[in-house]
Amino acid sequence: MGLGQLASRALLRSSRLTTATRTSHFLRTIVSTPELHNSEAAAAQSQPEPDLPKRNPVGGARIHFPNPDDAIEVFVDGYPVKIPKGMTVLQACEIAGVDIPRFCYHSRLSIAGNCRMCLVEVEKSPKPVASCAMPALPGMKIKTDTPIAKKAREGVMEFLLMNHPLDCPICDQGGECDLQDQSMAFGSDRGRFTEMKRSVVDKNLGPLVKTVMTRCIQCTRCVRFATEVAGVQDLGMLGRGSGEEIGTYVERVMESELSGNVIDICPVGALTSKPFAFKARNWELKGTESIDVTDAVGSNIRIDSRGPEVMRVLPRLNEDINEEWISDKTRFFYDGLKRQRLNDPMIRGADGRFKTVSWRDALAVVAEVMHQAKPEEIVGVAGKLSDAESMMALKDFLNKMGGLENADVFLLVGTQPRVEAAMVNARIRKTVRATKATVGYIGPAADFNYDHQHLGTGPQTLIELAEGRHPFWSALSNAKNPVIIVGAGIFERKDKDAIFSTVEAIAKNANAVRPDWNGLNVLLLNAAQTAALDLGLVPESDGSIESAKFLYLMGADDVNVEKVPDDAFVVYQAVPTVGDARDDWKIIRALSEVAGAQLPYDTLSAIRSRIRTVAPNLLHTDEREPAAFSTSSLRPEIKEKMDMAPFETAVKNFYMTDSVTRASKIMAQCSALLLKK
Amino acid sequence: MLGHLAAQRLREIRQAFRQIPQASRSFSTALNYHLDSPDNIVDLPWEFTDANKEKVKEIISHYPSNYKQSAVIPLLDLAQQQHGGWLPVSAMNAVAKIIEVAPIRVYEVATFYSMFNRTKVGQYHLLVCGTTPCMIRGSREIEDALLGHLGVKRNEVTKDGLFSVGEMECMGSCVNAPMITVADYSNGSEGYTYNYYEDVTPKRVVEIVEALRRGEKPLRGTQNPKRINSGPEGGNTTLLSEPKAPPCRDLDAC
Repeated sequence: MGLGQLASRALLRSSRLTTATRTSHFLRTIVSTPELHNSEAAAAQSQPEPDLPKRNPVGGARIHFPNPDDAIEVFVDGYPVKIPKGMTVLQACEIAGVDIPRFCYHSRLSIAGNCRMCLVEVEKSPKPVASCAMPALPGMKIKTDTPIAKKAREGVMEFLLMNHPLDCPICDQGGECDLQDQSMAFGSDRGRFTEMKRSVVDKNLGPLVKTVMTRCIQCTRCVRFATEVAGVQDLGMLGRGSGEEIGTYVERVMESELSGNVIDICPVGALTSKPFAFKARNWELKGTESIDVTDAVGSNIRIDSRGPEVMRVLPRLNEDINEEWISDKTRFFYDGLKRQRLNDPMIRGADGRFKTVSWRDALAVVAEVMHQAKPEEIVGVAGKLSDAESMMALKDFLNKMGGLENADVFLLVGTQPRVEAAMVNARIRKTVRATKATVGYIGPAADFNYDHQHLGTGPQTLIELAEGRHPFWSALSNAKNPVIIVGAGIFERKDKDAIFSTVEAIAKNANAVRPDWNGLNVLLLNAAQTAALDLGLVPESDGSIESAKFLYLMGADDVNVEKVPDDAFVVYQAVPTVGDARDDWKIIRALSEVAGAQLPYDTLSAIRSRIRTVAPNLLHTDEREPAAFSTSSLRPEIKEKMDMAPFETAVKNFYMTDSVTRASKIMAQCSALLLKK
Repeated sequence: MLGHLAAQRLREIRQAFRQIPQASRSFSTALNYHLDSPDNIVDLPWEFTDANKEKVKEIISHYPSNYKQSAVIPLLDLAQQQHGGWLPVSAMNAVAKIIEVAPIRVYEVATFYSMFNRTKVGQYHLLVCGTTPCMIRGSREIEDALLGHLGVKRNEVTKDGLFSVGEMECMGSCVNAPMITVADYSNGSEGYTYNYYEDVTPKRVVEIVEALRRGEKPLRGTQNPKRINSGPEGGNTTLLSEPKAPPCRDLDAC
């Protein structure tokens, strides 16, 4: 919430107050109001005031009526609004276009009702009510800008600021702090507290979250987030009264792959980003909306940069993909972008050393070698992080994240979503928590943060399920909306076709793929893999590298270097950065010209239109694409036999999955501290 | 004039800082976070005794099987009685395991209630009521007498490990103020008692302490020989005759 927004709204309100004719609410007594018992008077009162300006819901708040009969009408500042039954007063106010100040309330967490900042006046209620915890009742008359509501907010703000240190100038939250903004908008300019402020010992929550616990206002958002969304019950509210504090009691770091989100939900500067500490102020940063590439989820992110330097990564709201959370890898890998970078073209000379050369020389050498090699000796390997216009998917291949919440039975085949795609895991956890969906898992023993049944470790269990012999089969076959998620590790196996056909058989038997429901999903490891599949780049086995004379590695850092023949000429192209480096596609375009096979595009829009013809879905960013699978397609007979070896873990280290995350110091700290067991 | 005002303001500021910085007035015996000490380590094994395991079963049976966590307070109490009046972090972990919740949920409860001691206390934990009625009747002198006699500070254990003195909020014996409570952990959970000693004087509390030291069990309740329970000193002064029956309807007349 921007300060300017608040200020303008405050102005708007005061102007409305002066124009609208209202009865004074300074004096309130708890006596019966005879005019309300008079039906005519009541009817006259409930007439909406005609001069009220039209209001729009706050922050695009959506109203969904599950049952139209359950709609009730309430009045917010005299403005009638229709809401479904069961909504709270605060939600009703949001739909009516009134933003209620709040600290503890968060739409994605359970309601605590302990900060009292959302107090509003409700007609016929003897005292102000906490709107976040009060269900809206039919005909309720809610008043949000009366003297009573304003005085209540001012009083609450005075209490909150009583023990809050005045260290905004050295606080990292400064400029984007809810307490700062709301004390400007709703607080008083003076307090009556003259005693000593309390102080609280800082906690060690690991390498990502910095704590200054004296700033904490005990909203318990972080406790609820850790318990409900992240699924690690580490944080709690300790002590009582003025000695109350957030902590872990015994010293332990937050072992969650989503722990960075507590930084965003903390309304004050108690929990801030450790790597970002004292690096920049939020008003210096330029936000660029983007998509995360560290896993295949395609979380929507905002990259905050100052000049050419990426300062931090924040989530962007996308209800269908990542809601408003991102994983720690997404949030903190950015320092890897600054380290171990290839800034200029280099050629290894006869002495074995790399020498910086000009682009002209470099391209000429590559073109010459390329002409000498036979076509079958030329191998191109595209890496995980190859950039936007050449490959980056920006797409959610899983594509069914929203659909996951309607599922009642999950079958995870050789995939550990907690490390492979933390956001998918959070969705599954949300579903398991909300609807008690059952989860069956086939693969090596793994760490889950929700109830699951470990069915087996290898293809044997898969065959039993396909033949309906396994006890879990009854749950799967009786499920209304079963979801089967196949891990990317399967595709590294030699018998991948046999396994996938077995999985398809299970999906068919369980009726998981229907016109209205696609329950068969493949969870890939990174966005580029997704895009590569879409573009038709087929992953070949390492065998082709062995026979190569000319190897073109485009951002591919996971190639087994020992397999490359000694006499091969290797071109390595890395992700572009500052310096004399160029965009990936420009290099290839320049090379094509030097090599005499000029590619027909030389602008960004031209290459994008080429992508559109090859894979149109790649350019619909920010949208979920329905997964396109068909079980009925004509497939060649599977000849290879299934290998009974158990499935392997696809991601060994959550924090290090590609070259950028491996270069990141923060990710190294995380894997050193959090993964030692 | 201005200099006078400035000097006055300076005095006020000094006065504000001269106060003992008591960030939070905590009745609890310990901090809100755990620090390892030789007798309080997270990994130290801790288990209920066989006799207490039966009690645990009995306590759990009071609650529906899907609401086991409701037993957290009685189980913590039992653990405290068994462990000589205080709860090491490993005992809290053991309780968390029994009621199948995350340990932090048990820590939250144990830190909330000041009756759960999270540092070592004496075998006889003496709690002086410090709430207004007792304070007016002299609870400060009682506490001073106890601390002076035992030679300890508040929440400190005597060298022989027998006694510790703490403060407590109102225990509802205001009519017999001032009062102290003696939590007796000397015989484990079987011989555990929690007795009120009311109408105490600085002299009488010292006598009670010495009696406890000798292994005696002084009579609980009012320590004023002229009073019976909460009755007035020297016997009743009102309601001396047989109480008259209340005026009832004559049911037979109906």
